[in-house]
Amino acid sequence: MTPRIIVGLGSCGLAAGAKDVLAAIEAELAAKGVEAAVEQTGCIGLCYREVLVDVVTEAGKVTYGDVTPKAVTRIIQEHLIEGKPVEEMIVLSEERGSEAAFLAKQYRIVLRNCGLIDPENIDDYIAAGGYQSIEKVLKTMTPEAVIGEVKTSGLRGRGGAGFPTGLKWELTNKAAGDRKYIICNADEGDPGAFMDRGVLESDPHSVLEGMLIAGYAIGADESYIYCRAEYPLAIKRLNIAIKAAKERGYLGANIMGSGFNFNIKIKEGAGAFVCGEETALMASIEGQRGMPRLKPPFPATSGLWAKPTCINNVETFANISWILKNGGATYAAMGTEGSKGTKVFALTGKISRSGLAEVPMGMSLKEVIFEVGGGIKGDGEFKGVQIGGPTGGCLPAEVINTEVDYDSLTKIGATMGSGGMVVLDQSDCMVDLARFFLAFAQNESCGKCVPCRVGTKRMLEILERITKGEATEDELVTLKALAQDIKSASLCGLGQTAPNPVLSTLRYFQDEYLAHIRDGHCAAGVCAALTKVEISQKFCRQCAVCIRHCPSQAISGARHETTVIDQTKCTQCRICVATCPWDAIFVVSPRTAELVEPEREAVKEK
Amino acid sequence: MAKTETELLTVNINGVDRQAKPGMTVLDLTKDLGIKVPTLCHDPRLKPYGACRLCLVELEGARNPVPACATILGPGMVIRTDTEQIHRIRRTVIDLLLSDHPADCMTCEKCGACALQEYAYEYGVRRSSFKAGAKHTVRPQETDPFVARDLSKCILCGRCVRICDEVESAFAIDWIYRGFETQVSTAFGKSLKDTPCEFCGQCISTCPVGALTEAPALPGRTWETKKTLTTCAYCGCGCTLELHTKDNQIVKVASPVGVGTNNGNLCVKGRFGYQFINSPDRLTKPLIKKGGEFVEATWDEAIKIVSDKLGDIKAKHGADAIAGLASAKCTNEENFVFQKFMRAAVGTNNVDHCARLCHASTVTGLAMAFGSGAMSNSIDDLEGTDAILVIGSNTTEAHPVIGMSLLKPVRQKGAKLIVIDPRAIKLTKFADIWLAQKPGTDVAVLNGLMNVILSEGLVDEAFIAERTEDYEELKKILPAYTPEKVEEISGVPADDLRRAARLFAGAGSAAIVYAMGITQHTTGVDNVLTIANLAMITGNIGKPGCGVNPLRGQNNVQGACDMGALPNVYSGYQKVDDDAARAKFSDAWGVPMPEGIGLTVVEVMNAAADGKVKGLYIMGENPMLSDPDVGHVEEALEKLDFLVVQDIFLTETAALADVVLPGVTFAERDGTFTSTERRVQRVRRAIDPVGESREDWRIISDLSLAMGYPMSYDSASDIMTEIAALTPSYTGIGYSRIEGCGLQWPCPSVDHPGTPILHVGQFTRGKGKFHGIEFKPPAEESDVEYPMILTTGRLLNQYHTGTMTRRTAGLDEIYPVAAAEISPKDAKKYGLTDGDKVRLVTRRGQIEATALVTDKSRPGIVFMPFHFKEAAANRLTNPALDPIAKIPEYKVCALRIEKV
Repeated sequence: MTPRIIVGLGSCGLAAGAKDVLAAIEAELAAKGVEAAVEQTGCIGLCYREVLVDVVTEAGKVTYGDVTPKAVTRIIQEHLIEGKPVEEMIVLSEERGSEAAFLAKQYRIVLRNCGLIDPENIDDYIAAGGYQSIEKVLKTMTPEAVIGEVKTSGLRGRGGAGFPTGLKWELTNKAAGDRKYIICNADEGDPGAFMDRGVLESDPHSVLEGMLIAGYAIGADESYIYCRAEYPLAIKRLNIAIKAAKERGYLGANIMGSGFNFNIKIKEGAGAFVCGEETALMASIEGQRGMPRLKPPFPATSGLWAKPTCINNVETFANISWILKNGGATYAAMGTEGSKGTKVFALTGKISRSGLAEVPMGMSLKEVIFEVGGGIKGDGEFKGVQIGGPTGGCLPAEVINTEVDYDSLTKIGATMGSGGMVVLDQSDCMVDLARFFLAFAQNESCGKCVPCRVGTKRMLEILERITKGEATEDELVTLKALAQDIKSASLCGLGQTAPNPVLSTLRYFQDEYLAHIRDGHCAAGVCAALTKVEISQKFCRQCAVCIRHCPSQAISGARHETTVIDQTKCTQCRICVATCPWDAIFVVSPRTAELVEPEREAVKEK
Repeated sequence: MAKTETELLTVNINGVDRQAKPGMTVLDLTKDLGIKVPTLCHDPRLKPYGACRLCLVELEGARNPVPACATILGPGMVIRTDTEQIHRIRRTVIDLLLSDHPADCMTCEKCGACALQEYAYEYGVRRSSFKAGAKHTVRPQETDPFVARDLSKCILCGRCVRICDEVESAFAIDWIYRGFETQVSTAFGKSLKDTPCEFCGQCISTCPVGALTEAPALPGRTWETKKTLTTCAYCGCGCTLELHTKDNQIVKVASPVGVGTNNGNLCVKGRFGYQFINSPDRLTKPLIKKGGEFVEATWDEAIKIVSDKLGDIKAKHGADAIAGLASAKCTNEENFVFQKFMRAAVGTNNVDHCARLCHASTVTGLAMAFGSGAMSNSIDDLEGTDAILVIGSNTTEAHPVIGMSLLKPVRQKGAKLIVIDPRAIKLTKFADIWLAQKPGTDVAVLNGLMNVILSEGLVDEAFIAERTEDYEELKKILPAYTPEKVEEISGVPADDLRRAARLFAGAGSAAIVYAMGITQHTTGVDNVLTIANLAMITGNIGKPGCGVNPLRGQNNVQGACDMGALPNVYSGYQKVDDDAARAKFSDAWGVPMPEGIGLTVVEVMNAAADGKVKGLYIMGENPMLSDPDVGHVEEALEKLDFLVVQDIFLTETAALADVVLPGVTFAERDGTFTSTERRVQRVRRAIDPVGESREDWRIISDLSLAMGYPMSYDSASDIMTEIAALTPSYTGIGYSRIEGCGLQWPCPSVDHPGTPILHVGQFTRGKGKFHGIEFKPPAEESDVEYPMILTTGRLLNQYHTGTMTRRTAGLDEIYPVAAAEISPKDAKKYGLTDGDKVRLVTRRGQIEATALVTDKSRPGIVFMPFHFKEAAANRLTNPALDPIAKIPEYKVCALRIEKV
């Protein structure tokens, strides 16, 4: 067979330089006169090892990670010409690979094709069993039977709220209306979340097929994918997929001779986070400013243009064709009592393997973070995990054995959210983290209701004062009370959950708040107003690297001279800390005169 | 009653079981029960919004508190409005709002009428607990006429944005930015003048705080001003006004929500066009012309001269050498007294008024078809209709508040809108079908609609059989009006005509709304009869949501007609050539009534020009701008032996008078106006007459006394008593019954509730009468010499001859110049660009105007408003008359334009 070289061309791969790698592969093959098929695929989830390149020969498939244009020469020479795979670069292969553990505990339904097929080639999707479910549905099932199957599966909405999907379909199916709509919510906006992007870029047809099945089930013939404009690659691949599906007769009029018509339009978002909220999203499609509307009426009875509308998120739709093919019961066999099937998580932060992972519901946080995710990056210590996006919660090590499911997470003050998981270590300040997420929610508030628009601003101001050591303990009481009022009085889900990062950090990390307030001490050394940067003359080798790098000209001295930071000029950008070859520059908490990162001393001794 | 009771549902509020009607919100019920629930973003004129979160209440079973304004009551709901949590949330919301609000109540215009201030007081939030909180950035906005925007005070309740959209359909403002920095703005922060803003001021009326207030703000905060409810004196919508006065000055005009047919909504003229009342130009003393100059005189002198002069003419030339023009601006009482004066004191039926120039064809045509020439249904009735056909009415400009009522069902309830108009007016944007006919081809278009309705079997046979007569007359002429033939005549595409016919005839209920685009033609009566045909052939008359609805152009043009300020009828349309009616009035007034029908407006002018009419008494009209071919009017007036004009300003007409008598504005008098929907409503004195000006009925009474026919009335109410006694349709109307929202005539007895819909069960004349009307072209068509068509009409921001509106600075600022609206195609042809001077020439005369190049005009048609004396469109218009109604053809004449 002709060897195949497959380059991962998701956003993560492209960001890591996959384009250059692809060019290098083509150039190298031509230069060496080697015959091989060069193909593309999406993201398999190992984002932390991009650029990923698969080499498929008669001997099987191996995946190389961290591939650079330079490494290409070696791979082609050794693997293709000499027949000896470059062992130390292999991250995955059938029987070995350094990252095998990443996949070992996953169960991939949503991500079943991601990183395996060419997302721009419909034949790849079909070859992987695609569009068989819609065929089965159209030829053998009634809409009610489809809804029954989805209900049996126990699938709950993966956008965050976890509303039972089958029930939503049933309500929309039964709602009276001359016209109904399907909407796919692809306005993924949580910082640190990229599950939906992964699916859209790597397996767009699975989403289209899910929408088709939903359309048949509820009696809709028109649909929208509302995708954030910041995902240009996803939009490009969706457009390619829609065009191909139309050409093959999977979209359009009288699909597979069934009399069922279905069309999909793409609506690009304009950058407002709140448009991920379903009613704001529909307002945006209608050409209005994206502001949430009151519920009830719920979209199932009065949604887009006041017609019954079924709105699900990308991941939810990506589950559907699998469920219809394998049966709702098979799906329901996985997971916990209230949460069935699998969930995709975007692992980010201080975690070894940052990327996309899909695990069965009910797996513990510990397994997800330490076994799938490989634990904390470097030599840091696990401090907590922010789960559920900017309006989710921040959980400490004590609850790490909690099972990942909707109900368990809610119980301990977090939410499943859409699946962002930001792992934190000792260098993360929980007050600052809460401030960051609240600032995000405040900026993205639509401004409609008072608690969210003004309330989160006032909370943010208190948090800012805490991070500057200016707050009083009384203000913690105000903060908490205000947070509760915002939760119960806000109009939409954004406002109702915006205080969660504050409430959960107050619940689990109150000491850190108190340390900021009472001692002016930020143990993580993050809060700039409570720290300063100093050069340890003990470790300084007077190389002047810091002087060259300081953007504020705040460091005086020269080579072979004593080097000192002028605190009046220092902006705490900490470039010097990062660039000092001798790790001689420290973040200091002035009020406690304590080095914030004293562990570096030990490292320095060698 | 039993049925209603079973429909009620039971809910529990604060521990007490209560009954509620289905569809009611929690807030509706708490209001009914007198339970206080604070609201900031709620306005009953708007859809529930739920943004301020002040009206949250606890609902058992709900995860979070729910907004009372938007929660529809369901059976068994358990609601608590006053728990500790609710109280805390309300305090928090007020606290948060105050934290982003300037604490300058001391100098705020809104102080005393501010909802935030009131709630802060009620909930004891003395100052915000978030002391150091930042305030939102106020992005710069340009300044505007009439509307002062202080966005630092804005609490973002969204009421202004929503009312501009949902009620006014203007879409001039919206939110910009997000989060704490969200702000209400025009596009790019421009002046409202450069947006679609219509300056209705609804935004001000709904703003709960001081963010939007009237500009310029005249001194006087809410507790300092006297408030008088009265009726607007501009168009015929009959809006309720609340005049705020201080020191005999109007300082503000508002309108309470929930009162009157306008429900708190007004247009730019009603809300802001009041500066004329206290204008320094007001006439304050009688003027007598001596040696070509006016000199001030006492009332005694003036009355004596007038009575002497009129007495002389009567003695020398007979009573019919005198004519009187009553006024659609004056009250019913004054018009009644005026025509009584003309008939009883002078002894002539030569009394008419400007209704001749607007709806004479309606009064005549509908009387022929139905027996009664007024709007058949009511304004709020439009809300429940399935389809509306608007023909020859630029409703949103000429009757703005009715325009809102008309767009509401279209925009919110899915009613269909068909617009037949040669211009691309605002309504065409919302229309399902727009038929742009060539001016003057309405009969052809309407016959075309009926041709399709007939040929496609969409006629209401049962209605025709039961309620009408002479259907064969119509059926005979319709076959010739095939859509293709109509397209040839009118330019309306045949298929559009078919679609419109199906839409109209297919609707459950369909209303026809029309105005001067129908009436002001030499075929005015034909047009009206054809509309009546269309309503009857589809059974759309005599029930809710339908009808033939002529919109009357002036505040009391309906009333002036009702009062008999017409040459052929006494009050209540009792005919002067009916012996019994003549006997009745002769008897009541103690003098024999004159015989024979009198002269109409245009006939009066012709007779004056011919020297047959020698004395003319004009009360509150300005024919020097309003009548067609004003060059001819000027000649006629100059030829008179004696002209007396009674007005509030020295108008173009008053300037020609021998004696000028200063009357008062609506703000200075008591009385009634009858709106376009036949609603008789109170006008109440808010300030004392300016200077020595006097109420018109008092002037006439004095004059009558001087001429030897005493009339003794102590008050306007006295006059209404006489009106009721002599006018069958007003019999049940007296001031005590109309203090609230007025009564719609016919109101034949003191216990009659008034008549919202005419012709229910039976037409006024018995059976509805069909007329077979053939299309006739307008009197003047375009030709080689005059290749274009001129059509005239009103603008939103000006009114009639401009005597009132042009004395309000902002109104003139918004639309300052007399513009001739020309299509881009014609502009190119004549080398004109926006703002160029253009000469308009017709067979009557020529004027210079400013070219306004706009898509609103279609090629070949020039539109010109008639409000501007510096470019009086009526120097150009054709005085050719409808043969029956004697209305001139303002809407079509042949025109030539030249670049200046």
